[in-house]
Amino acid sequence: MGFFNLKGTLKPLTSLKQFAKPPHTIRYPEVPVEASDRYRGFHYNDVEDCIGCGNCSTICMNDAIDMTIVDQIKGEKGDSGLRPRIDYGRCCYCALCVDVCPTGSLSLTKDFINVTNDANTLLVTPGIDNPEAVENISYSSSTEWSLNNFTRIPMEELEGKERVKCFAEVVLGYTEEQARQEADRCISCGICTEVCPDHMHIPEYINAIAKGDDEDALRIIYDNNPLPEMCGKVCTRRCEDVCAIATRGEPVAIRWLKRYATETAEASDVTREIVNPEIREANGKKVGIIGAGPSGLTAGYYLALRGYDVTIWEANAKAGGMTMYGIPKYRLPIESLEKQINYIQSIGVKINFNTKVGKDISFKEIYENNDAVFMGVGFPKAWTLGIEGEDAKGSMQAVNYLHMINSGESVEIGDKVAVIGGGNVAIDAARVARRFGADVTMLYRRRVKDMPADWEEIEGAEDEGVKFEPQAIPIKVHTDDNGKVNGIEYLKAEMVQSEEGGRPRPVAIEGSNIIMPVTAVFAAIGQQGDYSFLDEYTDKVKVERGRFIVDDKQQTTLPRLFAGGDSANRTADAISAIADGYRACKAIDEMLLDKQ
Amino acid sequence: MKREKATTLYFGPQHPGITGNMMIRLKVEGDTIVKATTEVGYLHRAFEKLVEKRNWIQSFTLMCRFCVPEPDPVENTYARAVEMIAGIEIPERAKWIRVLILELARMSSLLLWHAGQGHSLGLYTMGQWSVGDRNYLLDLFEELTGARIYHMYVWPGGVRKDFPEGFGERVLKTMDYFEKKLPDYDNLLFENSIFQKRAQGVGIVSPEQIIEHGVVGQPLRAAGIKSDIRIDDPYEVYEKLKFDVPTQTDSDIWARALVRREELRQSIRIIRQVIDKIPKGEVYTKLPNPQKWTIPAGDAFARTESVRGEVGMYLVSDGGNKPRRAHFRGAAYVHAVSLLEDVLVGANIADVSAIMNSLGTCPPEIER
Repeated sequence: MGFFNLKGTLKPLTSLKQFAKPPHTIRYPEVPVEASDRYRGFHYNDVEDCIGCGNCSTICMNDAIDMTIVDQIKGEKGDSGLRPRIDYGRCCYCALCVDVCPTGSLSLTKDFINVTNDANTLLVTPGIDNPEAVENISYSSSTEWSLNNFTRIPMEELEGKERVKCFAEVVLGYTEEQARQEADRCISCGICTEVCPDHMHIPEYINAIAKGDDEDALRIIYDNNPLPEMCGKVCTRRCEDVCAIATRGEPVAIRWLKRYATETAEASDVTREIVNPEIREANGKKVGIIGAGPSGLTAGYYLALRGYDVTIWEANAKAGGMTMYGIPKYRLPIESLEKQINYIQSIGVKINFNTKVGKDISFKEIYENNDAVFMGVGFPKAWTLGIEGEDAKGSMQAVNYLHMINSGESVEIGDKVAVIGGGNVAIDAARVARRFGADVTMLYRRRVKDMPADWEEIEGAEDEGVKFEPQAIPIKVHTDDNGKVNGIEYLKAEMVQSEEGGRPRPVAIEGSNIIMPVTAVFAAIGQQGDYSFLDEYTDKVKVERGRFIVDDKQQTTLPRLFAGGDSANRTADAISAIADGYRACKAIDEMLLDKQ
Repeated sequence: MKREKATTLYFGPQHPGITGNMMIRLKVEGDTIVKATTEVGYLHRAFEKLVEKRNWIQSFTLMCRFCVPEPDPVENTYARAVEMIAGIEIPERAKWIRVLILELARMSSLLLWHAGQGHSLGLYTMGQWSVGDRNYLLDLFEELTGARIYHMYVWPGGVRKDFPEGFGERVLKTMDYFEKKLPDYDNLLFENSIFQKRAQGVGIVSPEQIIEHGVVGQPLRAAGIKSDIRIDDPYEVYEKLKFDVPTQTDSDIWARALVRREELRQSIRIIRQVIDKIPKGEVYTKLPNPQKWTIPAGDAFARTESVRGEVGMYLVSDGGNKPRRAHFRGAAYVHAVSLLEDVLVGANIADVSAIMNSLGTCPPEIER
């Protein structure tokens, strides 16, 4: 083929036919460019939906995302108050941040042009600096494409029909594989830690479970909670309410994972072996604790580890307080609680059982013979309904009923029980009564959805055949000739929205009286404290609205006297009591060591 | 004083023949090269090391940067290596989509080669056409993956997103456009007697060199050996597709150009089959939480046919949440570092760029 062959010379000239044609590429900026519908341009963040979990920052391999304080956003429960700020000098537009965003607030937009000679403009807080970008969202998150797993591993439970036959534990617990899978869902954001009253190291122990190191999980848990198995079974789990995954799915089963980790140790000596806590040498200081409930046991355990000589006085025959006597055994088996208490005793915490302060020993004696005193006395007295016939035979306080059942006593309730109240104690009493074969109806002033009880408990009660009679205000307990309960009379109520706002109020409807024939009535409308044991110190220990006044270190108005649990904390649940005990322990330690 | 006959000429490192940053130190006598020494090191980004610091999912976003013009074979290689160690089965549809994007990437890369080969010989119109037309492919990439160049689309477990609405038709429409356009390419480049003259008999890779350097891809096929990973060790769904592996025998720039000319047509043929046969279904196997995802200890070697030849990745897991070691090797590593030194000897200075392009030089792939 010669260099000047005619074909090879002329054919390339066909390119001249393109000469007069318009270009077929887009002429920016004369013609605006519209990016595709999943284009990965600059970020946009819906700052209201964002909870500042920082998962975007964690996944970013270029360290292009910092979590920063934003003026408009106030941190609150379930929101760290931080928002992502992107450094476009580092971002590679991979959109992994969007794929792992649990709330779906973060997205990428079609905007991709930023012409500037000021490097500071490369730092952008999406949503704050570019609110207009909401119009241009292209690559957004959906639960379908997310890298997060929004579905919880279901917990196996006994069937409703089966469980009313006995007091066997309803929840069966995770298997190892289930626990690993469930732990894998956690994104370790730590939003939960902030909300937990005790600030337990939740992401850390879940990580340990995910890695398959259950013993390490147990050690991490025992760092600030000496009753974890109890919490693993019955905690009110505020952590799960704020779980980042729960914003678009089911929260990580934090409570069940804790339960799984604690079941690693089948006996208290095994717990001791695994946790292997460092017990400091005795420092010669004595601390007295009144009440062996969760707060008292917690303070006792951590003080004993710090070398204090700890003695607890407990009015009942067993330790645990409300967790022992108030929580039914199908939720918290007695062996489980005893295992944990035995472990606490094995550290050196001395418990004097059946010793009521104020009767068997005076408060004065305890206060004077110890370097510091902690009170975790709880709310032993129930509120009365204040209606006619309340003292009749067969009408009793739900909390007393639970106490008697848990102590092994038998209680005559007949075959039809009305429970008044909508809290956890009411539900517990109802479900226990079901287990004794009674037909149980719960009367509650408001709607079922307003019940303060745990929703899982309400569902459990429904499964077991407990009936609900919402918007019912009891007015009289009817008795037969022998003075025994034979009915409860109540008024139906309607919900009225008050003018000041807030939640709707039940208002009784005149003439709507209903008499329900029953053989027993349980009242469960709350409990209160009994501080008569303080005797001559009563004036010195200030009480406000039924609770001891304490500062942020659980210190009462009397020097060297600390308080925690229900009698000092409005939250009134076990984990708050544990948190109080732990806080008091640190404060006592600080106070006594400073004196040395 | 003894007079040196040879002169040293530094070729690069600023994009010698639009390939990427590398340098060739040439010893020339007159116009003829007597010795060539390749020097790389201008694009080293330590990706293999970076992979060891990033977890399994984070690492995937680095893969597109191993070779900028054709990112998808590397993404695919990494994804398959991870799937091999972790024992992940991916959905059937994802495999078809992977083949589609691999072939689209192949086309896009071949169009860039047209531009490079034309540029290196002074035929700039070719580049204007092919790079302009390549934008239609980039539009498809943008629509499917959300990005034009760094797709970050093929990841362990499948692909990131399914087709957008009506995507298949738009792919076919683009293929129609290319089929209409390719005769113009022939007229401009392959029928061009200047190109023929400059390409024929230049940059010959001898059979000895092929064996010595382990040559793969088009330089191997242009020497008459029918070798293609898509046929020899089929992955994804290549065994279900009909396509030819073109060969030539002259082993020069011209032969390699003809191989590439035909490969572009074969890619269009494959893409049409994929759009025709792609099954419905999921495109992604749900993976564990990326932060906690650990893969059992083990290793895997995966290889993919890129437009330059075989790219392979050896990936090791020690049971942790990130790769213990990732070793990547692309065809350019042999073609443009060692083979180039041999092929350039005896060539003309004016042909250096053309030979580099013809051998599939890609410095980002060499240095990774």
